[in-house]
Amino acid sequence: MAATFQPIAPRPAPVRTGGLLAWLRANLFGGWKSTLTTLLLALAALAWLPSIAQWGIFQAVFQPDIGSCQAARGTGACWGVVAEKYRLIILGRYPFDEQWRPALATLLLMGLLVVSCTRRFWRAWLAPLWVVALAGYFILMRGGLWGLALVPTDLWGGLPLTIMLATLGIALAFPIAVLVALGRRSTLPAIRSMCIVYVELVRGVPLISVLFMASFLFPLLMPMGKSPDVLLRVLVGITLFAAAYLAETVRGGLQAVPKGQIEAAATLGLTYWQTQRKIVLPQALAIVVPAVMNNFIAIFKDTSLVTIVSLYELTGALGLALNADADWRPYKLEGYLFIAAIYFAFCFAMSRYSLWIEKQVGMSTTR
Amino acid sequence: MSAAIIQFEKVNKWYGDDFHVLRDIDLVVAAGERIVICGPSGSGKSTLIRCINRLEEHQEGRIVIAGTELSDDVKAIERVRREVGMVFQQFNLFPHLTVLENLTLAPMWVGKTPKAKAEEIAMHQLERVRIAEQANKYPLQLSGGQQQRVAIARALCLTPKIMLFDEPTSALDPEMITEVLEVMIELAGQGMTMICVTHEMGFAKAVANRVIFMDQGQIVEESPPEEFFNRPKSERTKDFLSKILGH
Amino acid sequence: MTARPPPRRRGWSWRSQAFRGLVYQLLAAAAIGLALWFLAHNTIDNMRARGIQSGFGFLLQPAGFDIGESIIPYDALDQNWRAFLVGILNTLRVAVVGVVLATVLGALLGVGRFSRNAIVRGLCYGYVELFRNIPVLLQLLVWYLFFTDILPPISEPLSLGGVIYLSKAGFSFPVPLWSLGQALAAAGATVGLAIAWAHRRWAIRQFELTARVRSLFWVPLAIVFAGSILGWLAGGAPTAWNLPAPGAFSMEGGASATPEFLGVLLGLVLYTSAFIAEVVRAGIASVAHGQVEAAGSLGLTRTQTMRLVTLPQALRVIIPPITSQYLNLTKNSSLAVAIGYPDVVSIATTSLNNTGRAVECIAIIMLVYLATSLSTAGFMNWYNNRAAIKER
Repeated sequence: MAATFQPIAPRPAPVRTGGLLAWLRANLFGGWKSTLTTLLLALAALAWLPSIAQWGIFQAVFQPDIGSCQAARGTGACWGVVAEKYRLIILGRYPFDEQWRPALATLLLMGLLVVSCTRRFWRAWLAPLWVVALAGYFILMRGGLWGLALVPTDLWGGLPLTIMLATLGIALAFPIAVLVALGRRSTLPAIRSMCIVYVELVRGVPLISVLFMASFLFPLLMPMGKSPDVLLRVLVGITLFAAAYLAETVRGGLQAVPKGQIEAAATLGLTYWQTQRKIVLPQALAIVVPAVMNNFIAIFKDTSLVTIVSLYELTGALGLALNADADWRPYKLEGYLFIAAIYFAFCFAMSRYSLWIEKQVGMSTTR
Repeated sequence: MSAAIIQFEKVNKWYGDDFHVLRDIDLVVAAGERIVICGPSGSGKSTLIRCINRLEEHQEGRIVIAGTELSDDVKAIERVRREVGMVFQQFNLFPHLTVLENLTLAPMWVGKTPKAKAEEIAMHQLERVRIAEQANKYPLQLSGGQQQRVAIARALCLTPKIMLFDEPTSALDPEMITEVLEVMIELAGQGMTMICVTHEMGFAKAVANRVIFMDQGQIVEESPPEEFFNRPKSERTKDFLSKILGH
Repeated sequence: MTARPPPRRRGWSWRSQAFRGLVYQLLAAAAIGLALWFLAHNTIDNMRARGIQSGFGFLLQPAGFDIGESIIPYDALDQNWRAFLVGILNTLRVAVVGVVLATVLGALLGVGRFSRNAIVRGLCYGYVELFRNIPVLLQLLVWYLFFTDILPPISEPLSLGGVIYLSKAGFSFPVPLWSLGQALAAAGATVGLAIAWAHRRWAIRQFELTARVRSLFWVPLAIVFAGSILGWLAGGAPTAWNLPAPGAFSMEGGASATPEFLGVLLGLVLYTSAFIAEVVRAGIASVAHGQVEAAGSLGLTRTQTMRLVTLPQALRVIIPPITSQYLNLTKNSSLAVAIGYPDVVSIATTSLNNTGRAVECIAIIMLVYLATSLSTAGFMNWYNNRAAIKER
């Protein structure tokens, strides 16, 4: 004879596994090896951290005063170099009075990137928004319209240039990458081999050789007499380079769409391009958003290479700012640390975002 | 009965150079007939029905669907696919579109039907499979049984003459198999030509005109269900039936 | 009925998918061909107009420039092709050393992310995030600055025991004076290696027969060691070293690594090891926890599980991306041109400025890197096919 079911009320656990003390015990003093490591690292920190803090913060000079910087040399960091030269570093050789324009243009592009990254704004008007924002950027930077003074492209530099090259590079590379990725999965051998050759060729060489090619060879490839702007040449180089890597990323997404989707579309009578446009690409692109972010971060870092072909983006602008000035030249390290911090801030934020998006996508596909 | 709507004449198919997957298939299906195909895995049953709407190509023999012979001709393939609807084991609904959008996609883009009319047709089919209230949900928000019924409705939106079912209930929890089978039985009752690859023998007994047993690429036996289950002629058929009806 | 082979291809249809495909391909090929012809035509016109000569004949002319460091003997009167060879060897030198160091460091960091100690986990995570998010060019520049600005001048070098020196002139260390003893030691090590390999095979077969576990690592290592020591003794046990000593302008004696080489090496190793750490971490994490549980339920120890279950599966996931990181390191070594290390890009740029042969020099650069990339990709495909888990 079965007894009636008696439910038991829940009780808290007898031995607490939460709380700070338990965490410390598990994570810092978990075994003799772990405890030893903790102690050694603590000793090392005690030995080095104070001197680093002294150099970086307590004995450092923050005012743009060359005298105190020279006096503090060896004992304290000269952050004054940043205070003195930050406009030259961040905005390059842009005319001093007009520097509100690149600042505004940079904010415009940063705003565009933030909006594109927020899922709420993934609507049909996002694509025209990109066009408008980029047009706005160029109008602000170049001028010549609406009473803004004309500023030629060789005076552009610093952070605005970095962001523009990365953003425009990836934006232009995207359509090329989608076509190449589709081509690489095509059943037509000629098209497939052309796409494979393009991707493997570009991925097999360093970006610097592509930039050299852009710099030295493009004038030769154009019809006689026409020599495109340096900025344009570098942009084409970056775009072609980014498109090859992006194509591989998109191809990964295309492979992840189950074959049954294409079969179902075929049974319904959709043509190849209809299937790709309406069924495959929306799913594939949603899958690869985190990977595309990683591509973007890589391109953002790679823009520092344009220094080598004499476009003074952030890294090059630092060299420009300090090499010419004998007084401040000894403090290059502080300058480098400053732009390293800028790059780190941007790239770290973008990679955090990419991880967050990956989690979101993972959550939406499970019920 | 009525005129033949599917004709297979000495059809042979190979995968690669070595795997002879369909061997001398001869089959005639009349309009309005319901056929159930069963057999062990690897016997070629899915391949056979996938040849009907050219998801697979045959290398030898003739296949004629609703008066059109299947060949490399793109126009012929398009014509056949308009007459044949298919339901897959894995549903293959488009996850980024709502249920309603899944159904209106093909009529709008292939059938050139205006959106309002397409939605009307879609709602009618959704009511037919008794799932009209889920029209604005996304496929992944529905249960497996509901998704498969949406998949059936999607195929029906193009008013096909023939419906193919490739193991439609194999991926479903046991509790959901009934709702899908009920829809399929209703469809049969309305006179649709149906070819089903399935292990659901109850369905076969209820609805099929003929049951076909395939093994190693060949049709071993085909007969009406009463004869097939009670008086199987071939040893292989008896062997297979004892295995699947045993538990 | 028995199976028979498929029939030959039959008829052709003008309305088939195959025909349409052919038409598309012909159109695409024609379009690309037209574009290439247009570009080539422009190039020839422009080159003629500017009086630029073309051809690879310039490789046989004297280079006319010095190179800062080189493995093979070189001077300014050697021909251009030799200068390029020096560049290629320099690139390989920094790439090979860089790959080895980055792998070791990256593997340690990757495994460290799974440590029981929270500080170790945090430090590894912090390292990876820091070095991944700063451009490699910037890191190279900082390390070069460190070596040229912050280290003491050659007159007061940092030294360890008077035999190792660190200064603005680079890093100098003693090397043994090469004589019979060292050559025999090397020969002995090779013989030891062969014997060690044979020992491993014997030990594995013994394990299969008797299930007795024998040392597969320490004993072979000892054998190699013993071989080299025996060889050294046979050569008369020479102990002469070539010691570095600080001279007026540079280090004399010993072997040294220039600040340029060290700058490139350090920058590349630290940057790439952060990515390798991520790859290793992802590889170890990719082995489903159920595998470890199943191994445990069979009675395997933690070390055995790691060696027999986790690592083989993790390696399959790790090898492809790690190969592409090796390629990235090799390609990033091209940035050495920014700090004056004479790698192949740097030499090509100098040559380009001297001779004006832009197309040829850039083509040489691309060819060198393409050869490296394609051979590595080929190796990786072979490895992938061999190691792939067989599926139905």
